[in-house]
Amino acid sequence: MTRTLGPETPTSPPASRPDRGAGLTFKNKLSHLDVKYSPYLYVAPFFVLFAIVGLFPLVYTFVVSLNDWNLLSGPGQWVGFGNFVKEFHDELFWNSLFNTISIFLLSSVPQLIAATFIAVVLDQNLRARTFWRMSVLIPYVVTPVAVALIFSNMFSPDGGLVNHLLALIGVDPIAWKLDTLPSHLAIASMVNFRWTGYNALILLAAMQAVPRDLYESAELDGAGSVRRFFSITLPSIRPTMIFVILTATIGGLQIFTEPRLYDAASVTGGGAHRQFQTTVLYLWEMAFQRQNFGRAAAIAWILFLIIVMFGLVNFLISRRIASADSRVVSKRAKRKLQTPGTPTPSTVTASPDTADAGIAETDPAHTHTVTTDTR
Amino acid sequence: MTTTDARARKRKPMGMSRRPGFLTYGILIALMLGGAYPLWWSFVVGSSPTSVLSQDWPPLLPGGQFWKNVAEVFDTIPFWQALLNSIIVSSVITFSVVTFSTLAGFAFAKLRFRSSNALMVFVVATMAIPTQLGIIPLFILMRQFGWTGTVGAIIIPTLVTAFGVFFMRQYLVDVIPDELIDAARVDGANTFSTFWHVAVPAARPAMAILALFTFMMAWTDFLWPMIVSPQNPTLQVALSQLQSARYVDFSVVLAGAVLATLPLLILFVVAGKQLISGIMAGAVKG
Repeated sequence: MTRTLGPETPTSPPASRPDRGAGLTFKNKLSHLDVKYSPYLYVAPFFVLFAIVGLFPLVYTFVVSLNDWNLLSGPGQWVGFGNFVKEFHDELFWNSLFNTISIFLLSSVPQLIAATFIAVVLDQNLRARTFWRMSVLIPYVVTPVAVALIFSNMFSPDGGLVNHLLALIGVDPIAWKLDTLPSHLAIASMVNFRWTGYNALILLAAMQAVPRDLYESAELDGAGSVRRFFSITLPSIRPTMIFVILTATIGGLQIFTEPRLYDAASVTGGGAHRQFQTTVLYLWEMAFQRQNFGRAAAIAWILFLIIVMFGLVNFLISRRIASADSRVVSKRAKRKLQTPGTPTPSTVTASPDTADAGIAETDPAHTHTVTTDTR
Repeated sequence: MTTTDARARKRKPMGMSRRPGFLTYGILIALMLGGAYPLWWSFVVGSSPTSVLSQDWPPLLPGGQFWKNVAEVFDTIPFWQALLNSIIVSSVITFSVVTFSTLAGFAFAKLRFRSSNALMVFVVATMAIPTQLGIIPLFILMRQFGWTGTVGAIIIPTLVTAFGVFFMRQYLVDVIPDELIDAARVDGANTFSTFWHVAVPAARPAMAILALFTFMMAWTDFLWPMIVSPQNPTLQVALSQLQSARYVDFSVVLAGAVLATLPLLILFVVAGKQLISGIMAGAVKG
């Protein structure tokens, strides 16, 4: 960097005229090079590092997945897509996929509803706003490992807080670690605990961008708070909602820490009958317990494709919604513009002065509506 | 607290001036207690002998055994070494991510170069790639280099993030006027001094937010550190080992959980406002 800096600073003493001219072109050339090529130096560190730690592993995972590959003895025979075929026929793989999606649904759906509700509560003219915003974010600073330890103790079948409280109201103890659905509920509750407040703040930001006079005029028209929520708030925050769903999906399909630490006693990870073994947990077991890197790599690629698929579906849905929205808007605008007497921008610029003035005079009310709309 | 009150009062004349009623504050207090309760509960149990769990009523107040339990945590796991490892890992990753993201973000936001658009599309596309799925080749590499069990092996996979580049670009596009860049060029500044004297000062707020989130991400990471360096653990990995070492002794495990939460709790008290504005700013961009 400093070397390229040097010649540009005007230190070279100009002795004679031709010399000075040569120096100038050299300097020009340098600054031309600087403008044209130095941008690559700024983006290069990112791309080089990303290629090494992000892209290369992804490609190499695919290579590993095409081989018999043991953790200790290394690469063995080329098996083509054999590892993928094995996974598709393995009950444990489907079990892990079922568990992942079940936990994902149990955590994302209630979480989204709760986060929206909290955001609505926060989106008022509160006293001590920052304080309340911070208070819903407390769970976020508890690390996932700590959350998993705390909750796995709270849901413990003997002496756990939850069964203790249930006993107080006369409910029989629930086998939170042994049964499939209860264990999924417990793991989902860890995710919900940590992320609901965080997502509420994201949705709150979107809600605050909604113009307040929209609510006021709706109120004047007699819309109650529930109606205002469903006809104004919800449509306005839809793009943010999709963003939240997308990030929750990408994170949720890779859940590992919570199920891994929910029952430390089980060696395989995911419970004695793998009743809460998620796909990443299954991947981990395949790689580091069963030491089969080839199949583990195949699992990683299948999961990667599933995540990409979910992402694409999300993207397409959101784009369809967005284009539907803009179609409605443009239709409305067209209708406005087509009403007789309203000057469209093109006619205003194209038509001669007299005609232009004539149109403007005939219907001033319409011109007014158009300008307010564009504003 | 008084300042926020004053600000809220000043806003009163502009719409939505009605103050919410008791119900709203009741809900908020319930949410706060619900969010804080698991932490409080682990402090209560973590400061008592494990026998409190077999009482008829769940305990509500802390016992006097916190330091005794903490001492047992120190006996069971290399707590201080793990804390030091976590600080090193998180700091290096934060520094690296913020530096490279600011450099690349500046170039994407304010410099014109061939195929910059295509490269930016690439960055956005890679944001969705879950890098953790590359753990198998990364592990093979680290073992071949003999780096397993070192802090460096934990750091390497997260030296850069596509999100960081995207975040800095979005911020710098709006915040630096193009005229300022052109003016600097006319004055004879080369690209690097423009970056250093114009972009970096302007980018500081975004850099702080990115640093905060990157630090949190690195601090809470579990899967990769657990795989590559269980013998020289970060704090999260050490904490998980505490559970498998004595999974019956609840009070010691929970004392450890409280201890491991303290650093982020302190960070939250110091920088909670920035955290909130970061979350809310990211939402509007996203």
